[in-house]
Amino acid sequence: MAAIAALKALRKSSSPCFAPFRTTFSQSIRRFISTLIVAEHDGGFVKPSTLSAIAAAEVVSKENSISVLLAGSGPSVEKAAQHAATCHPLVSEVLVAKAEELEHPMAESWAEIVKMVQQKGSYSHIMAASTSFGKNILPRAAAVLDVSPITDVVQISEPRLFVRPIYAGNALCTVQYTGLDPCMMTIRSTSFQGEVNPDAAKANPATITQIDISFLNQEIVGKSKWLSLSSQESERPDLGNARVVITGGRALKSAENFKLLEKLAEKLGAAVGATRAAVDAGYVPNDLQVGQTGKIVAPELYIAFGVSGAIQHLAGMRDSKVIVAVNKDADAPIFQVADYGLVADLFEVIPELLEKVPEKK
Amino acid sequence: MKIMVAVKRVVDYAVKIRVKPDKTGVETTNVKMSMNPFCEIALEEALRIRESGLAKEVVAVSVGPTQCADTLRTALAMGADRAVHVDAGTANVPPLSVAKILRALVQAEQPGLLILGKQAIDDDCNQTGQMVAGLLKWSQGTFASKVVLDKENQKATVEREVDGGIETICLDLPAVITTDLRLNQPRYATLPNIMKAKSKVIKKVTPEELNVELRPDIEIVQVTEPPKRKAGVILSSVDELIDKLKNEARVL
Repeated sequence: MAAIAALKALRKSSSPCFAPFRTTFSQSIRRFISTLIVAEHDGGFVKPSTLSAIAAAEVVSKENSISVLLAGSGPSVEKAAQHAATCHPLVSEVLVAKAEELEHPMAESWAEIVKMVQQKGSYSHIMAASTSFGKNILPRAAAVLDVSPITDVVQISEPRLFVRPIYAGNALCTVQYTGLDPCMMTIRSTSFQGEVNPDAAKANPATITQIDISFLNQEIVGKSKWLSLSSQESERPDLGNARVVITGGRALKSAENFKLLEKLAEKLGAAVGATRAAVDAGYVPNDLQVGQTGKIVAPELYIAFGVSGAIQHLAGMRDSKVIVAVNKDADAPIFQVADYGLVADLFEVIPELLEKVPEKK
Repeated sequence: MKIMVAVKRVVDYAVKIRVKPDKTGVETTNVKMSMNPFCEIALEEALRIRESGLAKEVVAVSVGPTQCADTLRTALAMGADRAVHVDAGTANVPPLSVAKILRALVQAEQPGLLILGKQAIDDDCNQTGQMVAGLLKWSQGTFASKVVLDKENQKATVEREVDGGIETICLDLPAVITTDLRLNQPRYATLPNIMKAKSKVIKKVTPEELNVELRPDIEIVQVTEPPKRKAGVILSSVDELIDKLKNEARVL
């Protein structure tokens, strides 16, 4: 036991001489922790959801040595690599896969790249944010590496002990990863928003290394091609990261009426969300759906207009700090989770709010 | 072409689940079970492709306990031609194992397309389709909201629901597709079809017969209820609401 304690102390000092002991004490003592972050970038910056994944990696271990993996083409991926190199003090290395055909993230090539990088770097953890990018790529990479990934981690208790929601967030499941390295997971970004001291990070930028991607097997990656992306340009904050979110349900009755919500959102500096019913009715595009199968949000303020509060919708917003519900139906389940409820006609409440709410930047 | 569809039996989406007092899981005895909603959409899409003449046969498969046969019977009643039940007993089969079982079935059946739901509403994993695609080295079209097959060139054009909007990709067949909610509106099984389904074949195999070892590498430590939110208040006016948000919650 004394030897184990001594080794634990040694590990805490994160001395590199610990490395040779790894194999001998693999089970009783946790090995040196190093994490690979599967990163997403946009417009020359690492996305906020990826920064949350880095914050989660810090929760895994304060002595984590974090590598960030980026792929893309052109100057935007280079600029994003610079950002990655200075975004967090624990980031020690940025790996960049640069090629024309990597401009758009395809799971087929990403899974191969992650596998190759893992074989070289022997990371103990591989993490990504639970975005459509992370959910598409990480499980495929895990299968290729023959390990079970863990989806949507909301809490990290120990390096291999996690909490994740199941049944649309109606139960929390604590899981222990007992498999071989790497331990792979996607994290819920609203649960990990670590404060990063920008000065501490910038003092010591991480090294940026280009990855040779000539190994990419065309027989696998050539099977899928990216064609196009149609997106709704919006000047409002991103739904996943907004401080204030206002959503509308079926009771909004039309796409026209959703404009009312947008006006209010503008005034509050808020993002607009919607229920499945509102999306299915064609009032708003599907990427605004909040819920079990849409986006998960946890803003400081969440205002629901004409939202009944189905299980599947609550799954996407129940962790909001303050929930306000406006609904004509006093029995709507949304009132059971709302901090403040207003039983009223939303068509009367919204104009009144527009008039009385203080302007926000 | 043959299409294989994977379906899962889960607690019905409308049921308010209860966590077992001993924290080992969620109560599933005497609870209404149904086909996972995303699997229904996957099956519906396969049936539509067959009805448009682009596929000859739809095979539904499910992995799980004996009662999964009921879910497969539902799939047959909706219109699947035949079914395969991989009886894993009461064992918990994680997505990686399901993916390996599906790989074995794909290798035996040689379908041109494998369609799954994007996630099961019980474990909310959203992994199996991606994993089986990775194991088979097939291309993947996840979170599909539209699928167009080009039989001549053996390609599928898939519109995907991604965070920023709708992404369109083109896949070489064979491929794995996972379905999002907006892909289609699943049909109801009619009574005559439910009767007909009784004479359709459900083949039973075990994971051992498929040479798949169930090797769970994730252990469930406990399942608990999420923290309850404290009771809220019903306000009487917009003015009161603004006042509360400003002075009590301090979010405005």
